[in-house]
Amino acid sequence: MEAAVLQFFQWFWNLFGLWDALWALVEPVWPLVWVLMKVVAILVPLMLTVAYLTLAERKVIGYMQVRIGPNRVGPMGLLQPIADGMKLFFKEVLVPSGANKKLFFFGPVLAIAPALAVWAVVPFFDGGVLADIDAGLLYVLAMTSMGIYGIIIAGWASNSKYPFLGAMRSSAQMVSYEIAMGLALICVLMVSNSLNLTDIVQSQGRGWFADHGVGVLSWNWLPLLPMFVVYFISGVAETGRAPFDVIEGESEIVAGHMVEYSGMAFAMFFLAEYANMILVATLTSILFLGGWLSPVDFLPDGFHWLALKISFFLLLYLWFRATFPRYRYDQIMRLGWKVFIPLTLVWIAFIGTWMVSPWNVFK
Amino acid sequence: MPMDFKTALFYILSAILVIAALRVVTSRNPVHAALFLVLAFFNASGLWLLLQAEFLAIALIVVYVGAVMVLFLFVVMMLDINLERLRQGFWNNLWLGGPIAVLMVVEMIAVLSTRSFGLEALPAPAAAAADYSNTKALGVAIYTEYVYPFELASVILLVALIAAVALNLRQRKDTKQMNPAEQVAVKAKDRVRIVSMPVEKD
Repeated sequence: MEAAVLQFFQWFWNLFGLWDALWALVEPVWPLVWVLMKVVAILVPLMLTVAYLTLAERKVIGYMQVRIGPNRVGPMGLLQPIADGMKLFFKEVLVPSGANKKLFFFGPVLAIAPALAVWAVVPFFDGGVLADIDAGLLYVLAMTSMGIYGIIIAGWASNSKYPFLGAMRSSAQMVSYEIAMGLALICVLMVSNSLNLTDIVQSQGRGWFADHGVGVLSWNWLPLLPMFVVYFISGVAETGRAPFDVIEGESEIVAGHMVEYSGMAFAMFFLAEYANMILVATLTSILFLGGWLSPVDFLPDGFHWLALKISFFLLLYLWFRATFPRYRYDQIMRLGWKVFIPLTLVWIAFIGTWMVSPWNVFK
Repeated sequence: MPMDFKTALFYILSAILVIAALRVVTSRNPVHAALFLVLAFFNASGLWLLLQAEFLAIALIVVYVGAVMVLFLFVVMMLDINLERLRQGFWNNLWLGGPIAVLMVVEMIAVLSTRSFGLEALPAPAAAAADYSNTKALGVAIYTEYVYPFELASVILLVALIAAVALNLRQRKDTKQMNPAEQVAVKAKDRVRIVSMPVEKD
């Protein structure tokens, strides 16, 4: 792909006869430029998806509640996210008088940075990954666990009661569900024998069913069905979305850690939350639903399958929000510690036994 | 002579690490101190990455930054800390702390400056093959060669974990504890009794 891009640039700048002069300047730093171009190629679509996910959320929930949803800005309300973004952009960022000013501004940065950094190891199609590192899954775990800091720091630095309560709730909830998530991931890496996300996808394309044309039954979701469910529900809890949204529970603590934030500082938390939603949807598709692989033999593999799977999980997110009432806090903790963690531990032992038995299907 | 990229990175990471570690003990606000400790962990993890120990480097972040320090911050933020009171003990304890600090510095210098740590004594290890997996190597070492120490360590951790739970497990008499199984099993007829009454007529 690199050669094709270079050729295009050569053709384009040769139209003005500037290619040789330009290349002499750029060549020493070309690897850096190439990586930056890939970063932009990942982040710009991601940000657009975040923007239109907010619109999709309002529309889908609207239809589920027999309303129309936003339809004033642009045709069918399609420019609504742009208008929202502009509004937030031009709003003043207020700092509470008793706040710790440095950490108050550092909080949103710490929330958005890991949410974007994770995407470095996510493969979008075969070979379509920014950093194809060996310990990709571990890196994902490390970066997602970093996301808590933004919320805790924001809650503490605001010097206000509601944000602090929100921060306390979120840190307890995220730490709890991270354990269940991590244990579910252990099952995945046991059966695929790798921590590399590309390898994990490719290992799902092998098996008896894949050889007989129905790859969909060879994917991880079937043998690891309980883990698939646990992982996605933990993902919903980890991102603090309904029905686990006590972090910002509007009727109890207004908006949790975001109460004192306005304008772009608020938008950072918003972007981070939606980027994390998309990430959980993407990881669930990659780890359990075969990523870019096609479910049947006669259709080609490709990014469109991954996009379809991600959209499905994002729809589930919105569906949950429209249908389920909010969990009570002690019930959230009970679900995480007393249901998910024992279940995942038992399933790890089960998968281990299965893999050493003669009926091992994971080769 | 220009340094190569790796060496430059090493010096940058170590400089930030040392400064962050210093700020952990010198900053007045305990929350700042905890956050500087997080920064120190990050740079230590960067140094391990430079040594091609990617599993350990990322595990350091997952365990210390992602779990331990979060709980640490959790506790520190809930403390009501009086900075004046905290600083009172400084001069009283200096007579003990000062010599110990000097002793530790002398010991470190003694260990690091001798011939046992130079490039002659410990030459750089041969570069690993391209398909060498750090994670796999560590797993093989832990589960074959060092399996007993590893199991022993995990049992000790388990004991500590159970002890922590046991110390906090006190049933209070006055809390209204709910039994979730009972809650789920409830039927409408257990809760509401519908009585049919004749209409009262005067």
